[in-house]
Amino acid sequence: MKFKLALYATLIWGGAIYAQTIEVCNSCELSSLKSAIAIAKDFDTIRVQKGTYKEHNIVVDKPLTIVGVSYPVIDGELKGGIITITSDNVTVDGLFIINVGTSYTEDYAAIRVKRSKNFVIKNLVLEKLFFGIYIEKSSYGRVFHNKIIGDAVAEYNSGNGIQLWHSNHIEIEYNYVEHVRDGIYLEFSDDCLIKNNVSAENLRYGLHFMFSNNDVYQDNTFENNGAGVAVMFSKHIKMLNNTFKENWGTASYGLLLKEINDAEIIGNTFEENTIGINIEGSNRIKYKNNNFINNGWAIKVRGACYTNSITENNFLYNSFDIAYNSKVNDNIFDKNYWSNYTGYDLDKDGIGDVPYRPVKLFSYIVNRTPETIILLRSMFIDLINFSEKVSPVFTPDNLLDHNPQIKKITW
Amino acid sequence: MLKILKYSFYDLMRSRWSYVYFAFYLLLGIVLLFLNNDLSKAVITLMNVIIVLVPLIGTIFGVMYYYSSKEFTELLLAQPLKRSSIFLGQYLGVALSLTMSLILGLGIPFVFYGLFESSAIWDFSLLLITGAFLTFIFTALAFNIALSNENKIKGFGYAILLWLCLAIIYDGLFLMTLIMFEDYPLDKVSLIGTMLNPIDLSRTLILLKLDISALLGYTGAVFKQFFGTNFGLMVSFVMLTVWVLLPVVRIVYKSKKKDF
Repeated sequence: MKFKLALYATLIWGGAIYAQTIEVCNSCELSSLKSAIAIAKDFDTIRVQKGTYKEHNIVVDKPLTIVGVSYPVIDGELKGGIITITSDNVTVDGLFIINVGTSYTEDYAAIRVKRSKNFVIKNLVLEKLFFGIYIEKSSYGRVFHNKIIGDAVAEYNSGNGIQLWHSNHIEIEYNYVEHVRDGIYLEFSDDCLIKNNVSAENLRYGLHFMFSNNDVYQDNTFENNGAGVAVMFSKHIKMLNNTFKENWGTASYGLLLKEINDAEIIGNTFEENTIGINIEGSNRIKYKNNNFINNGWAIKVRGACYTNSITENNFLYNSFDIAYNSKVNDNIFDKNYWSNYTGYDLDKDGIGDVPYRPVKLFSYIVNRTPETIILLRSMFIDLINFSEKVSPVFTPDNLLDHNPQIKKITW
Repeated sequence: MLKILKYSFYDLMRSRWSYVYFAFYLLLGIVLLFLNNDLSKAVITLMNVIIVLVPLIGTIFGVMYYYSSKEFTELLLAQPLKRSSIFLGQYLGVALSLTMSLILGLGIPFVFYGLFESSAIWDFSLLLITGAFLTFIFTALAFNIALSNENKIKGFGYAILLWLCLAIIYDGLFLMTLIMFEDYPLDKVSLIGTMLNPIDLSRTLILLKLDISALLGYTGAVFKQFFGTNFGLMVSFVMLTVWVLLPVVRIVYKSKKKDF
């Protein structure tokens, strides 16, 4: 152990002795980032002073630290990708990168990380971009505290804020992404952590998973996106303490789950979405301690969803709590608080004495004929809902919460 | 007309029924707030109550008032007064006193409960405005029924039937129609269907505030324009006004021709 420490110390000290700092500024000898990288040795630090640098296709092929002093502007003049990292151990810090080129054949990015390990990308501001931070076949990196502000108008000619492709063990924290296609996009990326980000006003999804397993996202906020988060074809994803807000529209969801198995959805808040969670072909998912507040549909179950457990959640003032499109139910609803519950608790144990049926006949009707939504909260609808409640014909008759809570659950 | 309005109004203010009505709303407001502790949820519950009860009470009370004040009306008719001002005065007297009971009865508990500091104030005022509109509409309809029927029992029967039709049966038929023609594009039909029933219209008006996220789940440009913008709110108010005006015009017309 001591030997190891000593070895590390030598390495760090050794590095510090040999590493140099290279200054770049508009009036210096080195007036471009490219020339600085060309003369830099491994583990050098390049300090970019305030100014505007019109450069693109900057390739960082050595383990360098590039630090911007009071946000120098790297202007790509819409000519293509701006910085490409191909080496391990690269840090990029504090740059203002604008004007990434748009292409229909290549994914130009403000920062592209290619087959690299242990990179850190932090404190960047990206504007007028196509793709923001594009990480491919890389691992053990950190994307920290960046601000990405796009100006995407249409899905077909816009890129994603942060995109991971075949990359593992990446940490994405404290980023702010808005007005791009997908705020954060993961494809074939495992064991990543996405934490404390804000993703808002994006055209498509705030966060998008495809074929990515064992990832965790927590404490993020997804607001006013085309749809909050889409998790598709992935396994063992943990979704903890996120906020999904105001995703309104005909195909808008707070959270879209498609072909997801063995996930955990705990402690999230879904507020004022057209559909809180839309589930399709998703099995063995644990929903616990989530708040569903003022959504159109809190949970919409489309089919092929088995052995999910929905326990100890709060369903508050949603127009519809649960919608099913079949009569078969294999999911467990237990110990939730439903603000629409009308039963009583005579033995005062905090659990309602009459089971609650979260699926209303009206939600079945609306599924069939969407225009009938206009009759929501009509007295006639209350009457038919009541008769269905007494003897279920169209809705799954075993879909019951046997222990509905009398008081809102706190955790 | 104003003088007759004043007489009717004061007459009603002294009557037991106004107080009962006022007390009922007061009690309802207090109990709701006591049980709920949550203003916005109480507003939702109140909406359900108002949409059903206000029309019922408006019709019954209107018919009742017309028949019970018939002798007084005949006395007035013997005076050199315009017929339209007699009946409009009476109508406005009834409608105004009912509206006042509603607004005061519900308003007082909510104000004491801290309505002005709450974000629910707009929803609540919308609720009261809708309630007022419904009172005016259904009292006018009641006067129409009473003017057309000399027989008290028949009048009451029609009044209750009218309420039943608009509050429940209409929605049932509406729902059946929508389901039967589900293969066709129905968004315009459903909006028009709503416009034709004042109870549905006021319900939609409140839905616009409370369930907008669910309403936007439906794919349809017309729906989207109606619910997504202020357009829906404006059209609904215009239609409610039309719904007040039409029966009032008929009161004037009918009262001129009626043989007493």
